[in-house]
Amino acid sequence: MSLTILNALVAVVAAIAFAALNAAYLVWAERRGAGRIQRRPGPNVNGPLGLLQPPADGIKLMTKQLMIPGGADKALFMVAPVLAMAPAITSFVTVPFSDTIVAHSMNIGVLMIFAFASLGGMAILLAGWGSRNKYGVMASVRAVSQNISYEIPMLITVITIVMMSGTMNLKELVGAQAGGIWNWNIVPSLSSPLMPVSFLIFFICSLAETNRAPFDLGEAESELVAGFHTEYGSMGFGLFFMGEYANIVIGASLITILFLGGWDCPLGLFPGVWWFLLKIYLLIFSFIWIRWTFPRTTIYGLLNLSWKILIPISLFNLLLTAGLLKVF
Amino acid sequence: MGAYFSEIFLGLKSLFIGLGITFKEFFKPVVTVAYPYQTIKMSERYRGHIELIEDEEGNPKCVVCGMCERGCPSGCISLASESVEYEVEVKGEMKTKKKKVLTRYDLNFTTCSLCGQCVESCNFGAIKFSKEYNLASSRKEDFHFDLLNRLKERNS
Amino acid sequence: MSGPIHIRPDETFTLNVGPQHPATHGVLRVKMEMDGEYIVKAETVLGYIHRMHELMGENRTYPQVLPNLSRLDYLGALGYTHGHVLAVERAAGIEVPERAEYIRAITVELNRIASHLFWFGAFVMDLGGFTPLMYAIEDREYILDMLEAVTGSRLTYCYYRFGGLYNDVDDDFIAAAKAFIPRMRKSLKKYDALVTGNIIFRKRLEDIGPISAEMCRKYGATGPVARGAGIDFDVRKNEPYSVYPEFDFDVPVYHECDSLARYKVRMDEMEQSLRIVEQGLEKLPDGPIMPKKAPKLIKPPAGDYYQAVETARGSFGIRIVSDGTKNAYRFKLRSPTYSNMSLFDEACEGMMIMDALAMMGSLDLVIPEIDR
Repeated sequence: MSLTILNALVAVVAAIAFAALNAAYLVWAERRGAGRIQRRPGPNVNGPLGLLQPPADGIKLMTKQLMIPGGADKALFMVAPVLAMAPAITSFVTVPFSDTIVAHSMNIGVLMIFAFASLGGMAILLAGWGSRNKYGVMASVRAVSQNISYEIPMLITVITIVMMSGTMNLKELVGAQAGGIWNWNIVPSLSSPLMPVSFLIFFICSLAETNRAPFDLGEAESELVAGFHTEYGSMGFGLFFMGEYANIVIGASLITILFLGGWDCPLGLFPGVWWFLLKIYLLIFSFIWIRWTFPRTTIYGLLNLSWKILIPISLFNLLLTAGLLKVF
Repeated sequence: MGAYFSEIFLGLKSLFIGLGITFKEFFKPVVTVAYPYQTIKMSERYRGHIELIEDEEGNPKCVVCGMCERGCPSGCISLASESVEYEVEVKGEMKTKKKKVLTRYDLNFTTCSLCGQCVESCNFGAIKFSKEYNLASSRKEDFHFDLLNRLKERNS
Repeated sequence: MSGPIHIRPDETFTLNVGPQHPATHGVLRVKMEMDGEYIVKAETVLGYIHRMHELMGENRTYPQVLPNLSRLDYLGALGYTHGHVLAVERAAGIEVPERAEYIRAITVELNRIASHLFWFGAFVMDLGGFTPLMYAIEDREYILDMLEAVTGSRLTYCYYRFGGLYNDVDDDFIAAAKAFIPRMRKSLKKYDALVTGNIIFRKRLEDIGPISAEMCRKYGATGPVARGAGIDFDVRKNEPYSVYPEFDFDVPVYHECDSLARYKVRMDEMEQSLRIVEQGLEKLPDGPIMPKKAPKLIKPPAGDYYQAVETARGSFGIRIVSDGTKNAYRFKLRSPTYSNMSLFDEACEGMMIMDALAMMGSLDLVIPEIDR
């Protein structure tokens, strides 16, 4: 009895540690990647290749003075960063890294991850409203409307996949794609010919859900100074930052599990956790690559994209797949 | 309807072209010069603050005419001189003549705009631009240069 | 998204796009009354960097004012110095040798390319794309290195003198400039593919920030702002000065009046400047760079003299009223950005703040030039 509790505890702590380590070192990877794209080195002073930069930033952020603006709502102000970071890290508990490595495999794994992701949207609203800053309020209003609009095509695409596989359990979703690249969900098959389009829609929606460029209106640096986290210094900013990167890792894991076969090898030979990690990091590299290439969209361009383009196409795909699944 | 789809398709294509360009730039070498560890050589005509030129004996060529002081738009140069007597042979007999000798040449670099009026207006070729760019300090007094002192330090 | 929207004026709040802001290039304050995201009324407050250049022109002799002109618009400094030098030469009746005029034209056009490159980088950075700034600055470094080898400074040159130049160009400069031209053409193609063709960028700029020709005439806007609205006016062609009639170049004019038109005008201007530099290097005559009897003390006869030149931002005019002494009596600088900026208050009513800031970026403002 106590052994299973110990197992569960170790598993949960390991998942959280993975998330936190990723969040810290993804910052390093992003800054070096951005530097190379812009023909400059990126951080290279602290430690070899700048690898000690995240701990140095962490120490700096922790030793700064935490200032709360006068007249700000103290409770909301303090709760918001925690609310941004905690759901992302806890979602890691259900993510299966391989056949045997998963902290707690749930039968409604997909639903749980999306439920926690919506809490992140609330955190942005609390941050902007609680700082009593006009820039913050404007940015958080934009970010919340963006969050709501892009959840819908994401969920419709997930419903399509769940229909095809018949289960919401993340491990079984990957199990249904075992056996090589022709079994993966991204490859169009007779019952779902528009799968690559679904993959693209899901990819764009996860970019928008995590507030990454070109959809980073919430933190539009050159227009509204720093958006919804204008008033946060020290660890508040640090938590938002790390929460954003944890969200990115969750988004990449979801894309891998739903479309790219999880821990499956493209040739079906040696499935394992290393394939999962390779796929996640390739996807994260493409997130970084996209951020540093494109400018920001406007708020109405972003909402138009979601309501007029992504939702009709994903609905059409859902109906088409539902119909064809009955036939084939 | 066709315009709707063609806009989406052409838009996606332009995004991929942009991604291709940044991907190519990812592999090109870095342009940055890692400053304290690597430095760049200044060009010949680089304008640092001015410095005095000396003649063969090591004395400054300046005859304290004051053209540089008058020509400076910001008033950063101040000179002082003293009269010195010296012997010279004229038509067989020794005569004493007076000439001005530079005793102080102060440059207030905090107001200098590196325009070059002083260098241009000097008829005796006594000042030129130096190549000093590595000036950083936390006190204003470090930028009140005593050019005569600097000349002596350079020569010694 | 354009067109008038019904705005309720009693539910607005005041947003201060303050003197310290990443998007206003310099110290500019815009007081905006906002209704949600829409601007009801905007009011520009200037004067945060007024340094009294015109008064300095009255208190100093003519050669002593030369460094001031570079500090007005530091990104395109040579154009302004050119205007000043031409005005004083016209006043004092000094003849300029031909080699000096050609070198002046070549360096002014190189400086125009450098200024437009920096504008391009900063503009795309305002819109959210941080990478083209780095590429543009790398290209600009080549120009600055070339000009540093000749003049000694990188940004605020004090290179032109009344009658000619301070020192001559050498073969290294000519070789470097000739090598730079094909390089820059390749870079312009790269910017075309990376930025101009990008759908996100186009959606950000098409039909955004309309400035009609009527508004340009009302406020006296010149330069790429007017040429993006269909007004075909370029001082180098309409009121030629210096050695520009010898060059064969076009003036790009677009009629769509939106931010994309102004952007395209500037990108095409870079190409035309490259043509001028190419022709100038080919036709460069030999000879002296200062006239034989260059006057040391400049005392123009009493009178009123005006000279307009085309700088990177528009038509810069300098008016010198002389009373026969060695200081000017009145030294008036007509700054193009001041007229370009004054139409912002009227043009941004009813727009969203993102679009207004994109329009401000396309106007290419350098605030120290407005406040002089």
